[in-house]
Amino acid sequence: MMLRFTLGLTASLALAASAAPAQEGQRTFSSGYRFVEMSGEELYNNVCRACHMMDARGAAGAGTYPSLAANPNLEAAGYPLTMVIHGRRAMPPFGDMMNDAQIAAVVNYLRTHFGNNYTDMVTAQDVSEARH
Amino acid sequence: MQDEAAVLRRRDLLSLIGAMAGSAAMYHAMTSLGFASESRYRGPIRLEGNPKGASVLVLGAGLAGMTAALELRNAGYQVQVLEFNGRTGGRNWTLRGGDSFTELGGATQTCEFEPGLYINPGPWRIPYHHRALLDYCRRLNVALEPFIQLNHNAYLHASRAFGGAPQRIRAVKADFQGQVSELLAKATRQGKLDEAVTREDQEILLQALRSWGALDRNYNYNASLFSAAYRGYASAPGGGLSAAPVPSEPVALSDILKSQLWRYLQNFANYNFQTTMFQPIGGMDMIGRAFAKELGDVIRTNAKVTKIQQNDRCVTVTFVDARKPAIVQTATADWCVCTIPLTILSQLPLDVSPATKAAIDAVPYAGAVKIGLQFRRRFWEEDDAIYGGISYTDLPIRQIAYPNTGFNRSGRGVLLGAYLFDGANAYEFSAMPPDERVARAVEFGSELHPQYKSEFENGVAVAWHRVPFTLGCSGDWSDDARKDHYADLCQIDGRIVLAGEHASELPAWQEGAILSSLDAITRLHERVVKT
Repeated sequence: MMLRFTLGLTASLALAASAAPAQEGQRTFSSGYRFVEMSGEELYNNVCRACHMMDARGAAGAGTYPSLAANPNLEAAGYPLTMVIHGRRAMPPFGDMMNDAQIAAVVNYLRTHFGNNYTDMVTAQDVSEARH
Repeated sequence: MQDEAAVLRRRDLLSLIGAMAGSAAMYHAMTSLGFASESRYRGPIRLEGNPKGASVLVLGAGLAGMTAALELRNAGYQVQVLEFNGRTGGRNWTLRGGDSFTELGGATQTCEFEPGLYINPGPWRIPYHHRALLDYCRRLNVALEPFIQLNHNAYLHASRAFGGAPQRIRAVKADFQGQVSELLAKATRQGKLDEAVTREDQEILLQALRSWGALDRNYNYNASLFSAAYRGYASAPGGGLSAAPVPSEPVALSDILKSQLWRYLQNFANYNFQTTMFQPIGGMDMIGRAFAKELGDVIRTNAKVTKIQQNDRCVTVTFVDARKPAIVQTATADWCVCTIPLTILSQLPLDVSPATKAAIDAVPYAGAVKIGLQFRRRFWEEDDAIYGGISYTDLPIRQIAYPNTGFNRSGRGVLLGAYLFDGANAYEFSAMPPDERVARAVEFGSELHPQYKSEFENGVAVAWHRVPFTLGCSGDWSDDARKDHYADLCQIDGRIVLAGEHASELPAWQEGAILSSLDAITRLHERVVKT
């Protein structure tokens, strides 16, 4: 059973915890192992952003999360598609945590935001084929 | 032709040894044959033979690296350790008031806990069968106390069952056992098990079900002082007048099943979580500190490795000062024990064989989030009689873990307000700014403990994918990847050997890091003394 939690922060609580940013008022939470977020934007914000950050510019510590902003590696849609499904090195695979439509949505979002402008859309069918 | 000794059954051999040599010899033989074995640890490592001044560079001052450094130094090697962080311990880590931590993305949190209060953002519990880690704690004088995994009075919570009211673990456990026992007793008495269970055994089974499930004389599970002694009372026995206990009403089987609360019972059955579990008194990092104290200035902190090269004579590691990256330095040694997490190692220029490189690239790291919350008072003890242990919930915080120390004190307390390991919620919380993680944990947690809202003071949230020195919590091996790459990862590659929880069959456990390290240096030492 898929359960969807959407929760707004109450004003008093946000204050007590030294305030969550205003734009974070609503957020979706998944109930199980798989994500329930469906739009590319929401998937980016709730999943990819954990490592690639709000501006998609990545981060560096002992190792690096690559920047996805204005990234020519996204030109060929097969590359981000394969990365999201199968993962590589520090990039975890999401093939079991997202369905075909979700993966297509987040890849399309990435390829048309953050200084990327690749308008050829990926379909759920493409994802299904890339899984194998 | 088969050797006759080889076809001797193990049990026959054991009784032979027992008869001839006594029980101590039999115990030793049982252990070496794989019986009576709860650990692969065989006691303090003995690295015999002279390394003749050989040098070893250890990369990483977590438990794997410090174990290798300590034992190799004691065996006569020249040892140097390079550590990325400004502190030792790696994931063996405790956050206390005044500690500051900057995550990837730049957000800095300063822990505001009262002195004496802490959370362990990484490992936090030690099973009794992690004998290597326990042995190091004993040898390094790290004092332990119990970690309470099962507290019968903590909660199981399903947000859409029982009107959202959390249920005591004691009651869920007793009712599930009782209702299943009643069902099985019914099937037995109706003759439905005749083919599976002999008549004689059926009699014993019925007795056992009454005892295990708190069934009445007619094998029913219902409100009685007998079942109340398992699940708790509506009114507990007292003293003087009006002291008589009043039984409580069991929950029906269907309600337990539909609530899904039975899912959480495996947390108390699993081998990894069985009593007795331990934690170091004062915080998990007491272990890392004890190792570091032994090693002294062998460890160089703030050293960020940028390249690892080897040839047939030596290993050369290039590193920079993590605070002043412009200054490039090198360190050279005969051998290298590398404990750098694979998320990071996979990104470094590294001279190893294609098979080793493929193994290093094959392991993603799990997400995990822990959130510590400080409250004005220990309301979970004062109001709810929950002393240590863990409540489980289907809310995105998944767990609330109560402190297993400082019981029954007045004043402030810190609990673990969320523990997410793997799965969607770990990413969702990692993707938030730290202050929002804390705020969400307080919001969700207040569904189990309404006192949260008035008693909360401050919190700290560690999302392991944002931790600069690991880029994740622990090696998340798939079965296929382990089959294809694990042996290659553990092999000595020229002059380099890898160690850490990622090179063990105990991923994410400190015991895995230590056993991996001991295995790696044993093999390395064999090679050194042979050449």
